[in-house]
Amino acid sequence: MSQATQWFAVRQSLSSKQATTLTVLSFLLPLLLWSVVSYIPFVWHPKVEIIDAGAVDWFQPGMLVERAVFSEQLQQANAQQLALPTGRRANPIYLPAPHQVASAFVTAFTTAPKRSSEKWLHESLWHSIKVIFWGFTLSSLFGIPIGILCGTYAAVSKLQEPFIEFFRYLPAPAFGALAVAILGIHDGPKIAIIFIGTFFQQVLVVSNTTRKLDIALLEAALTLGAKRLQLLFRVVIPGILPDLYRDQRILLGWAWTYLIVAELIGTSSGITWFITQQARYKNFDNVFAAIIMIGIIGIVSDITLAKLGKRLFRWQKG
Amino acid sequence: MNSIALPSYLDQSDDVRSRFEALKQRQVILEVKHLCKSFDSQHGRVTALQNINFKTHRREFVCVIGPSGCGKSTLIRILAGLDNPSSGELLLDGEPVFDPGPDRGMVFQGYTLFPWLSVKRNIMFGLQMQGHTRATAESEALNWVELVGLDKFADAYPHQLSGGMKQRVAIARALANKPRILLMDEPFGALDAQTRGKMQANLIEIWRNIDITILFITHDLDEAVYLADRILVLKAHPGELVEMIEVPVPRPRTPEQSISPEFLATKKRIEDLIHPSSDSDDDNDLHMIRMAHVGDDVERTK
Repeated sequence: MSQATQWFAVRQSLSSKQATTLTVLSFLLPLLLWSVVSYIPFVWHPKVEIIDAGAVDWFQPGMLVERAVFSEQLQQANAQQLALPTGRRANPIYLPAPHQVASAFVTAFTTAPKRSSEKWLHESLWHSIKVIFWGFTLSSLFGIPIGILCGTYAAVSKLQEPFIEFFRYLPAPAFGALAVAILGIHDGPKIAIIFIGTFFQQVLVVSNTTRKLDIALLEAALTLGAKRLQLLFRVVIPGILPDLYRDQRILLGWAWTYLIVAELIGTSSGITWFITQQARYKNFDNVFAAIIMIGIIGIVSDITLAKLGKRLFRWQKG
Repeated sequence: MNSIALPSYLDQSDDVRSRFEALKQRQVILEVKHLCKSFDSQHGRVTALQNINFKTHRREFVCVIGPSGCGKSTLIRILAGLDNPSSGELLLDGEPVFDPGPDRGMVFQGYTLFPWLSVKRNIMFGLQMQGHTRATAESEALNWVELVGLDKFADAYPHQLSGGMKQRVAIARALANKPRILLMDEPFGALDAQTRGKMQANLIEIWRNIDITILFITHDLDEAVYLADRILVLKAHPGELVEMIEVPVPRPRTPEQSISPEFLATKKRIEDLIHPSSDSDDDNDLHMIRMAHVGDDVERTK
């Protein structure tokens, strides 16, 4: 086989070495692009960072100005035979270089908050995780049983699903003001937003999964003497568990997407508070670090859950 | 019936006649009376089964055969209680039955083992539904595991088994409930020829050793003649019972009998019933069009 067909065979799986290479590349490529833009001046660098203001009275060392503005001032100073300003090309403040973000990963945790009433980063993160946990747990507590019942009994499905289909189109953040009015300004409305964002999708996804269970298994159980509740608890539920588990993993990802909106409601809190606060101080390295941390928490928890799922459902193929 | 004379099957020897007279003296396990099934489809009302009547006797092995669309699967689903008849009656030991239950075991064509349960736990399932304690169910299940020759696989999960092994577990799972009758819907249809042969021999062996009546659906003529005491032949559109063939091939059966005159005559008879030669069988006539030039040694097609 030629090189090209080895890598691009239609719907053939790759060797584990190829797969690992590509996985590493999928992270390296964006990082490489970011590094190129950050470290090679002629690629982008639309600003000039002033080193010496020279004779330009409004320049200050460390200041970022547009390149065009800088060259204009430079020419003026040159024409008037004054001291020339100097500077080096730089990126806008909102695009820190990789090494700055990398060091922010450490300093964000070690830097004390500016005011004593404010929280450390790890406290903010923990707060966010708690909000997600409660929102998702409450949603699952109701969503999973209702979904299973909808998928099992046509009557329940007809009673619930039309309304849920309607409700799921209502954007969860739209309920923010209402949630604050009812639940106050602290964590209550935030958990409610995550609940609303997750619950309605969850019912539909779980009922769909339940309906996908091979009906022949239920028929076999009937001919073996299983009765109504036994069908539900001994066949339907164990039969859908692995798919249900996979659904939960996907839905947990959705819950995270509602977190940022939820945390802006009422008093801003958690990782969102940290991000907005740092953006206000123009510490964009911290902002990037915090955003990447959310990604890392997400992917680590998903991989952990996937591994756990493999151990839990050994009876599954592959 | 019009006469496609097949003396070797219709003219029973004394031996065969007395065998079937004795069989019909036995207790009736399942009786089907005037069973009809019709349903609405896009093309109007379709009669799937029309006035089906038959009896199965204790420890009898009955095969049901017929062309596709004759309603044999519908029939067995009704017998199992998974579908309702439009009219007619279904009597098990003289009592009418409606819902599915453990008194009629079923083995499906597709594999219906519970994938989350081990072989042993699959067999225990029905027993536990019956209210047996876990310990009783387990020791009973282990007996069945041994009987179907899967001792080494008691703790394996279904996805680790071959098709033939899965069906052996399915048979054990149905029989563990001690049903009055075992209903089998083309159970070996998905298996390769060699495995199927082994499974047929296995099944006969199990049937000889326990008190069970079997109703077995197949579309394979050899399978029907090899397994059955009597064969119900159905025809399609509407599904009707055309003949109940008493298979003259003596027991115990061996694969070698498949070239014996009785075997071949029975098979021929079923074939004639299922595919009457008078019918213009336009399904089977392919227009032979020459697609490419081939050498002259190949016979020309019309």
